[in-house]
Amino acid sequence: MTKKVLVVGEIRDGEFRNVSFEAVAAAKEISGGGEIVGVLLGESVSSLGNELIAYGADRVVAVESDKLASYTPDGYSQALQAVVEQESPEGIVIGHTSIGRDIAPKLAARINSGLVSDATAVETAGEEVIFTRPIYSGKAFEKKVIADGVVFATIRPNNIPALDKDESRSGDVTTLDVDIKDLRTIIKDVVKNTASGVDLSEANVIVAGGRGMKGSENFAMLDELADVLGAAVGASRGACDAEYCDYALQIGQTGKVVTPDLYIAVGISGAIQHVAGMSNSKIIVAINKDPEAEIFNIADYGIVGDLFDVIPKLTEEFKAVMVKS
Amino acid sequence: MNIYVILKRTFDTEEKIQISNGQIVEDGAEFIINPYDEYAIEEAIQLRDEHGGEVTLVTVGEEEAEKQLRTGLAMGADKAVLIDNEDVEDQDPYSTQALLAAYFEDKEYDIILGGNIAVDGGSGQVGPRLAEKLDIVHVTSIVKIDIADGKATIERDVEGDQEIVEVALPVLVTAQQGLNEPRYPSLPGIMKAKKKPLETLEVDDFDLDEDDVAGKTKTVDRYLPPEKQAGKVLEGEMDDQVKELVSLLKNEAKVI
Ligand SMILES: Cc1cc2nc3c(=O)[nH]c(=O)nc-3n(C[C@H](O)[C@H](O)[C@H](O)COP(=O)(O)OP(=O)(O)OC[C@H]3O[C@@H](n4cnc5c(N)ncnc54)[C@H](O)[C@@H]3O)c2cc1C
Ligand SMILES: Cc1cc2nc3c(=O)[nH]c(=O)nc-3n(C[C@H](O)[C@H](O)[C@H](O)COP(=O)(O)OP(=O)(O)OC[C@H]3O[C@@H](n4cnc5c(N)ncnc54)[C@H](O)[C@@H]3O)c2cc1C
Repeated sequence: MTKKVLVVGEIRDGEFRNVSFEAVAAAKEISGGGEIVGVLLGESVSSLGNELIAYGADRVVAVESDKLASYTPDGYSQALQAVVEQESPEGIVIGHTSIGRDIAPKLAARINSGLVSDATAVETAGEEVIFTRPIYSGKAFEKKVIADGVVFATIRPNNIPALDKDESRSGDVTTLDVDIKDLRTIIKDVVKNTASGVDLSEANVIVAGGRGMKGSENFAMLDELADVLGAAVGASRGACDAEYCDYALQIGQTGKVVTPDLYIAVGISGAIQHVAGMSNSKIIVAINKDPEAEIFNIADYGIVGDLFDVIPKLTEEFKAVMVKS
Repeated sequence: MNIYVILKRTFDTEEKIQISNGQIVEDGAEFIINPYDEYAIEEAIQLRDEHGGEVTLVTVGEEEAEKQLRTGLAMGADKAVLIDNEDVEDQDPYSTQALLAAYFEDKEYDIILGGNIAVDGGSGQVGPRLAEKLDIVHVTSIVKIDIADGKATIERDVEGDQEIVEVALPVLVTAQQGLNEPRYPSLPGIMKAKKKPLETLEVDDFDLDEDDVAGKTKTVDRYLPPEKQAGKVLEGEMDDQVKELVSLLKNEAKVI
């Protein structure tokens, strides 16, 4: 039996976050060939519908309202409930982002369904849809199924590969009128700390600095290395608390959860709360002067040494090699 | 103010995790108050000290969770409630939601505080689910809260950006690291905690059928990630190590 699956796209600064396309891929797996319906919420978003279709959605339903210009739990849950009522889906997929984490459990409670959060893989075996998700701060994994009702999941960014974009695909983009009312959350202000550039949770290469960086001025060294690699710069809590960098760079259980192809940890000890946010990275490089540092236990390659010696050399070497290739 | 904290007894994930037959081995393991719930308790105590009222701790769990409740009482909370879920099968965040919602049904509350996520289960579902069932507004991942005139002004962490929101009470909030520095229980606090009320409720105490609390998801397997091969720690002159690393990343790992 095929399933009709809703995919809630997430738009930031007028563009899709990559996880939206990954969610379409997850939905495809869940659907078993059923229809994939993209859902877009915002003030004026239907023009983006075709891009979601190019990535595999069959059609798109947009709910447009000035009350959806910013995320609020009330606004989004009213809009999504209306879409769910119109479409009666058998599956729902949302990215496990700040918004997804906030809205998915609320919607699940509202429609009385189960929910698998933070899935890193999805597979099907016959009728059953099986999700993999990390538990115990990433030290273990579990496989979960939805016992009955809607197959509802949030997926961790950068884990389930998006399908190839196919501009030749076409489908309907329709709007659904929803009377959004009684928003109980009033947004007073938003302070953006996120440096422009690569979104950490979507970056393929990350260079992260810890307390071993010794000062904010030294993060320039990491910026340079990141530039050469086309990487994003991240940090440990230790570095953020020491005010070497902004909290927006924090990686870990309380910060961003990342899954790049390459993670270079510089002067980071490897506390479990940090590791919880990056242990799924494909290749981990540790640079630390302490050979006993925990980070070496999860690293694929390690250099024991003074980062102030290693990083400039490494930057030069990458430069040389990247130019050649 | 009527202040409630929902908290979870969790496995200390700084410890080694062992799995046998798809079950986490709990024997001899260290259990703690979920770290994010400690922030919630601390904030609850500060709110009470500022605005008056009472702090009640509520947990769904087995008898052993009394220890974590006593710790919270020793920090300064006033009362505690243990909802014993020993008999519930296939629990998941939905089950916890159902039990907590049944508990809160006839309570009056101005604010319910919880943690952002539990470090073991890690779904982050229980807070928003409960708020929805109680038909109150929720604000997740908070790093600052001020209450005045029946309204809460809250700063929340949105992937590193700060969002400042205002909501009318009652509200359910979930605590993010940075909200405060949880206090350690003092010795007099520990002595006092022994005499503070700790009530235990069973599923039967609520108007709930087994079906109402059975989970809607099922765990079919739990396992440890495949043992990672010991990483290669490079040796030799630093210049050579750096060259070797770049070459390995390019030719062996093929990530650049
Ligand atoms: C509830 C909770 C949530 C948390 N969430 C997070 C989180 O999301 N993310 C996070 O990162 N942390 C988090 N933490 C904090 C975490 O426990 C650690 O304190 C933190 O990760 C340490 O940061 P660090 O590795 O940079 O610092 P340290 O532990 O101080 O390590 C610094 C490292 O730098 C090395 N070093 C020093 N000088 C040099 C040099 N010249 N060359 C090379 N190496 C050098 C040292 O050998 C050391 O290993 C959390 C903690 C709690 C309690
Ligand atoms: C077969 C099986 C058996 C299980 N047995 C148990 C069990 O015996 N006891 C048990 O607690 N869990 C048990 N669980 C796990 C259960 O799924 C979770 O405890 C619970 O639903 C919370 O989900 P979470 O860990 O993802 O918490 P999250 O949703 O990540 O927690 C977020 C916040 O919600 C609050 N919260 C979470 N859980 C509780 C709670 N139990 N009481 C009060 N507040 C809470 C806390 O403030 C916490 O910080 C079992 C799971 C399975 C699959």
